[in-house]
Formats: sequence, structure tokens, C-alpha cells
Amino acid sequence: MTVEWRRRHVLGLADFRVEEMEFVIDTARSMEEVLTRDIKKVPALRGKTAVNLFFEPSTRTRTSFEIAGKRLSADVVNFSSATSSVTKGETLLDTAKNIEAMKPNILIIRHPASGAPHFLSRFVSCSIINAGDGANEHPSQGLLDLYTIIKAKGKISGLKIAIVGDILHSRVVRSDLHSLGRMGASLWLCGPPTLAPREMERTGAKVTYDIREAVRNADVVIMLRIQLERQKTAYFPSLREYSRKFGLNRDVFSLAKDDAVIMHPGPINRGIELSDDLADCAQSRILNQVESGVAVRMALLYLLAGGHDAAH
Amino acid sequence: MKKVGKKVILDAKGMERVLSRLTHEILEKNKGAEDLVLVGIMSGGVPLSKFIKEKVRAIEGVDVPAGYVDITLYRDDLSRAGYQPRLKRTEIPFSIDEKKVILVDDVLFTGRTIRAAMDALIDFGRPKNIQLVVLIDRGHRELPIRADYVGRNVPTSRNETVDVMVQGSREEWKVLLNESTPARGNQ
Amino acid sequence: MLLIKGGRIIDPAGRRDETGGVVLEDGKVKDLISGPGAPKGFEGTVIDAAGKWVVPGLIDMHVHLRDPGYEWKEDIRSGTAAAAAGGFCSVVCMANTKPVNDHVEITRYIREKSEREGFANVFPVAAVTRGMEGKEMTDYAELSEAGAVAFSDDGRPVASSLLMRRALEYAKAFDLLILSHAEDAEMSHGGAAHEGWTACRLGIPGIPSAAEEIAIARDILLARLTGGKVHIQHISTKMGVDLLRMAKRAGLPVTGETAPHYFTLTDAAIEGYNTNAKMNPPLRPEEDRMALLEGLIDGTIDAVATDHAPHDDYVKRCEFIEAANGIIGLETALPLTLALLAGGKVAPGRAIELLSANPARILKLAGKGSLRKGADADVTIIDPDAEWEYREADVRSKSRNSPFFGWKLRGRAVVTIRGGRVTHSLLAGVTAGA
Repeated sequence: MTVEWRRRHVLGLADFRVEEMEFVIDTARSMEEVLTRDIKKVPALRGKTAVNLFFEPSTRTRTSFEIAGKRLSADVVNFSSATSSVTKGETLLDTAKNIEAMKPNILIIRHPASGAPHFLSRFVSCSIINAGDGANEHPSQGLLDLYTIIKAKGKISGLKIAIVGDILHSRVVRSDLHSLGRMGASLWLCGPPTLAPREMERTGAKVTYDIREAVRNADVVIMLRIQLERQKTAYFPSLREYSRKFGLNRDVFSLAKDDAVIMHPGPINRGIELSDDLADCAQSRILNQVESGVAVRMALLYLLAGGHDAAH
Repeated sequence: MKKVGKKVILDAKGMERVLSRLTHEILEKNKGAEDLVLVGIMSGGVPLSKFIKEKVRAIEGVDVPAGYVDITLYRDDLSRAGYQPRLKRTEIPFSIDEKKVILVDDVLFTGRTIRAAMDALIDFGRPKNIQLVVLIDRGHRELPIRADYVGRNVPTSRNETVDVMVQGSREEWKVLLNESTPARGNQ
Repeated sequence: MLLIKGGRIIDPAGRRDETGGVVLEDGKVKDLISGPGAPKGFEGTVIDAAGKWVVPGLIDMHVHLRDPGYEWKEDIRSGTAAAAAGGFCSVVCMANTKPVNDHVEITRYIREKSEREGFANVFPVAAVTRGMEGKEMTDYAELSEAGAVAFSDDGRPVASSLLMRRALEYAKAFDLLILSHAEDAEMSHGGAAHEGWTACRLGIPGIPSAAEEIAIARDILLARLTGGKVHIQHISTKMGVDLLRMAKRAGLPVTGETAPHYFTLTDAAIEGYNTNAKMNPPLRPEEDRMALLEGLIDGTIDAVATDHAPHDDYVKRCEFIEAANGIIGLETALPLTLALLAGGKVAPGRAIELLSANPARILKLAGKGSLRKGADADVTIIDPDAEWEYREADVRSKSRNSPFFGWKLRGRAVVTIRGGRVTHSLLAGVTAGA
């Protein structure tokens, strides 16, 4: 496959061509081989520095990027900040410029404000990977979901994929709409009306408030974490009500295809969006997602900083 | 660079003879095929190592394990590459510990590819020794690397290229020497 | 004595649209001339307005001068300089200064400073509630006597319907006007852009149209209940226009305004997280923009007012959700409004109504909004065909938060005369300060 990779940043999948997404997956495949060796390290990013600039708490994504960088022999540095807004102290721009003065090659940014990485990309000269901005996108998650499904099902086109949960606030959904929806899968988005905006149908996905309709004959069911820390005003009456009508249990899951798989970006609220037994069942690909995640993130780091100045 | 002339310096039959001779040399020097493993360097070395594997089978009746290595992640010249180096695959589905690894490549030039391949192999295990067989040695070494088995020595100037065409069927295999106008500046 | 001759006099309030001239003396309109020539034996300065429009000085009835309290964003001097450059002779400034203009001292300060340093007349608006906290009425009568021309908590809504009722009823006694920033703050809380497809796609929390519609409906119904006058500010929604139209048909004492950005841009302008397209109320989709255009054409909307909201770079150069709301508008209002004439559905007189005659009428600004004999010598000379590019380097305001930089605009104020003195001129031979 000949794809000319000219990207300086990975801010979102919205402007990725299908060929580019396939190219990243292909690169991830090669990276995954490195992860099967005894010595899980290659010198490709030796001497390069990646900084995890996380303004939102996250252990798994940050660790995933850290491991990915280290496997490529990069130096990975973690910077966490609880503050995000201008009024609370140092502005986002000042923080980023300070870090940039230490000459990292890549900034990996997670921030609660949609558009924060896009904003920074106008002011810093190193590469930026968006590790999640507000409700906008989480491109590496979108790609690892794609990779996981391709590995589980052998293809993506023609599959019915149900995504259930807080669609309104989910950056994972928005990235998946690009990585899965534009690759030929049929997407069904499900949640209570307060959390599942009909506008999403403009992307070609279907929106339903009935989980049984979403899961029926599905090949893949992706459950989203109900974000308790984000709801400031009630979008549904109680967690009990939510898990009864929108949680995935054996009964609902039996409507899916026999070989359907379950995915979840994590962390799981066991017993709320996903029942305990399903989280660990044979059809769960949740841990595969984590595995695929490291390979995909290695691919992104490599493509952005793999020794060449060509993209700048 | 404008290609001025292409010369066939080895045709399919010629390649067959050279590869046969190389296989005999390998077997002679190692006193047989015991503990030998073949590792072809992606991409040009892979069809050649397959050929050698078949030849060993024909001569000794033994199936030598063969794998291939992609050295892209070990290159030292990525900063100078003006393009995005595409990753290929590495597959060495056997242990190389205590084995005699026969590294197979099509053209030996600066030696940097071989250095990268050795780095990759060391990450896979601890071979007894590593021997290098190349079809063409075109000179201009930049590192102290030498091949143990050489098909043809082809002295070249820096702005010529040697292309080993081993895609497609064996009847179409050939080695081309491309003369070109001098490159502008240093490469 | 100053004569402006040979221009197209467009004075809807004075029922005049013809070639002619005006003579200004001692700060008043002394004489009206018919035809292109000068009166016999005229001695004084002459401005040749051939090919230009001569209109009653423009009035922007919604600006934020940020003075006192936020002088780094704008002050009375720079704000009125920007106004003059945009063709405005008068501006009406809102009360959300620091301290809030809820006290006669602040009102007097604004009047006095603008008389000393201003390039335009400044008519202060005082707050509806003390500190703009929405709890207690301010002293309307006393503030009005000190020079406040109307009352508004703009920047915030008056949340309590009961309080708004009392304010409207009480102010009725003195025939005072309340300008309403109509917003249901609970509905809009946390939002940063119009709640619709663009915001959904960009992951930005939305402000539904209903937040404005509910508040407009409430204010109209309170006007109906009390008989008090209310003017709806910065209408951005189709339903808002429909509600205003219904109120007028029912004969209620309600008027309304919109800003140029609402009938020029849509929410698509926030693409790329452009903070210079962020304001409150937010830009809406095309359907609402078209409804605003209709409302401007059919007379439902009475005025165009910029809601000129200067902000320094610091509060705009950040994440979208954190950025301050508002854009400057004094220097682009005229060409954007004149663009209404392009379709042929709107006569030039209507544009002048929107920018001069109606604001004067709504706010009862004596001597303004018309070029009758004895009116104040506030005149704007417009070149309707001037083609120019709005550039950051030319901005007279202290702030640079505009989405219109780089736009090629048509129509421009070439001379602004306030009280008989030239405050702005692009014409050779006519200098400001004269």
C-alpha cells in the first residue's frame, strides 16, 4: 500500500482518509510482532522524547502511550495537571510552551476542553497526538477499536456494530464513527434520549433508545462507561434505572449474533453498563483492546517521529 | 536522477548458477546443514533465501529453517530518508540460540543494512555465529562489514545502482546495473 | 458653517430621499438644500458628497465600552474612535462595567468622560438590578435624570420573572425602557455554542435556541401584563423573530434588535474551534439567519446594534470552552448591514432606519436620527460602493476579536460628523478634528 504520510499531528480521525487509517493499522500489525518477542524493544525512536501532557486523570491511556514509547526506545515523560482553565492559574498555552521549550518530539495531550489539541497545534512546533479532548475525539481509541474488530472478525465492512451509553459526551463514539462507520460498518448508537442526540444520524449511524433493537443481530457490542464524574445535572433518574434499561446483561446479549464480541474502552462500571459475568466471558475482547492499543500507539508514535523530518 | 542506461549483468540462468555455487560453498564451509538457519533480509533477500533453502534440500535432503527480518525499525539513516519508511514484517518462528545464522541479502553496499540486521538478530537470541551471503557486492563500504559468500563482485560508482529483480517467476529474474547522470550534491 | 452638498440625502424619519445638501451651524442642522448645488453666496467649509449618501448620524444602541473597569480591552476614547470610524455619531453603552453602572456616580462619570474625550456621543444604560445581581431594582428615576437613557442587565438576564415584572411596572411611571438580554441561564449553563449538529460534531456543549425563546416569550408576556416597554436585545433565533412579530401584531409595547453577525454568519463559523466566532447568544444555523433577514426586511426587527464586545487576546487565545464571549463590531456594522440591499428587496432607507432613525425613536434621543431643521448636526456620509478589506492593522478599537478580518466589504462611512465636527474622514481635503 502506498500512502504518503505527511501528518505532523494526530488531532482526530475526522480528516483522516480511509487509506491513512488502513496504513496505521498495517503499521500496528508490524508493531504487534515486536510485542511477541522476548526483548520487546526496537531502537526506532531512540533519542526521541515523548511527553504525556494529561490534564485529566487517566492511568490506562497514559500507561499505554508510555509503554508504546518505551518499546520504541523513546524517552517518555509524564506531566499531569489537575487544572485546565485560564482562571485557575497557568494557561494551557503557557504550560504547553514551557514544555515545548524542553524540546520534546511529541506531545501527547489529554484535556477536558474540546479543541484543546487543535488550539495548541497552532502554537507549538513539535508533533501533537490527541489522547482525548473533551467530547470531541480520541483518535487512538478509534483506531484500536478498528484494529481489535478486524482481528476478531477478519473484516469491518458489513458488520453491525452497536455502541451503547452516554453518546452525547463520548469522544470515543465520535472517533469510532470515523474509524468504524467510514470503513463500511453499520453503526447503531443507543442510549436514553437525554444522552443520544438524534443529530448523530447525520453521520449515517442509526440512533435508538431501545437497547434490544441496537443489539439484535449485532456482530460487535461496544459498551460505554456511564460518566458519573461528568453529569452535573441529571440526564437520567438513577443508576438503577439506567442499568436496567441500558445495561448489557446475558439476556440482552443473547439477541446478538452467536459469535458477537463485547468491547469497552474502560474502565468498566461492573454491574452498571456491563454485567459482571459478561465482562470476563469468552466473547469479551476488552483485554484485546488494551493489547491492540499499545500496538496502535506505537504505530502513531513511529509514524510521527520515526526519525524523519519529512513531515515538518 | 535520470537513468541513462540499463545493463543486464546477470540473467536468470546466470543467477541460478551463482546461487547454486553459493549454496555449495555454504555447505562446504559449515560441513553440512546441521544447526544452519536461513534469515533473509526484507525484501530482496527473501526470494534468494528461499532459493538457497530449496537447493540445500536438493543437495543434502535437509529442510533448513528459514525466516525473514525487516530492518526498518533498526535503521540509522531514517532522518535522511525523505519519505515515510514503510514497515514490513519480521518472522523468525524458531529459536536462533546456538544456531549458525546465514543472513541472506541481495546487494551489499554501505553495510548499514547488515549492521541493522545484526542488531535485530541479537534481540532475537544468541546465535553461535552469523554468516553473510550476498548475491552482489558493489563496494563502497562505510562500516567494517564483509560478506562470507559473494556471488559477484561488481565495482560501481556511487551514482550507479544495482537492482536485483527477484519478483515474479524465476525465469524473469535478473540483475541490472543502472548508469545515471551524477547526482546533485551529496546523497 | 459647514455645507454638505450634492449627495443623496436619505432620511427616512424626515421622509426624504433625494439629491440635496445640508447646512450645519453651531452644532445644529440649519438648512436643508434641494438639488445638487450650493446656496448662493455660501461662505464656509464645503464637503462635496457627490456619489455618496448623506444620512442622519448612525446610532449603535448596544455597545460595551468597558470603561470603567476594563480599560485594557477598550475605553471611552478608543471605543468612540472605533465608532466614528464605523460611521457612528452616537453609541449606547451597557452597564456591565466595573463597578456596574447602577449608581448615578458611574452614569455621570461616563457622560462627563465622553464629553471630554469621546469621538461620539455616549448614552449610558444603567443596570436594572443592583450589581446586576438580579435581586433589587436600581433607582430608575434618579439614574434617568443623571443621563441613563434605558436600563439593562445585559451580559446577564434578569432571571426572576417577578422582579422583571416589578421593574417594568415601576419604570412605566417614568416612561422608561428596559433592554432585555433574553436568556434562560439554567438552560444555557455550561454551553459554548448553538446546540446543533456543528457543536455535536465538534464535541462542544450546546446552548439550545429554547434558552433564548423561553426568555423572549416571558418578556413579551410581562410587557403584556404590565404595559411596560421592553426592547429585546441581540435576537438570534427564528422563533425569537416570530414571537416579536406576534407581539407587534398584538399591539404590545415590544421592540427588538439584532446584530450584524447573526444575519451574516452561521454556527458553521466556529469550525476549527474559532474563538472569534464565540459569543452569547451564539451563532445559529442558516434557518435562523434567514429568518432574521426576513425580520429585518418586513419591519419586525427595529434596529441593528452591534453588541460591540471588545476582549483582549489573552481571553480569546485559549480552548474554545474557556474563551470569553463576544466580538467587536463597530467598524464592520455598516457594510454588513448594507449587504442587505444586495438582493434588491431592501431600500437604502430601511438600512438607515435600522441604524439611525429607529434607535433614536426607541430610546427617545432628541435631535437624533433625522436631518430635519433644528436637529443635532450628526451626519454620516456613506460611500455605498466603496470596496475595501477589513484589516487588523486598521482597527481603531483596542481589541482585535473579530471574525471578519480579511473580508472584502462593500460600503463604508467616509466622513462622520458629530455636533458639526468631523470625527472621522477618508475624504481628501476633509480632516477630522475640524
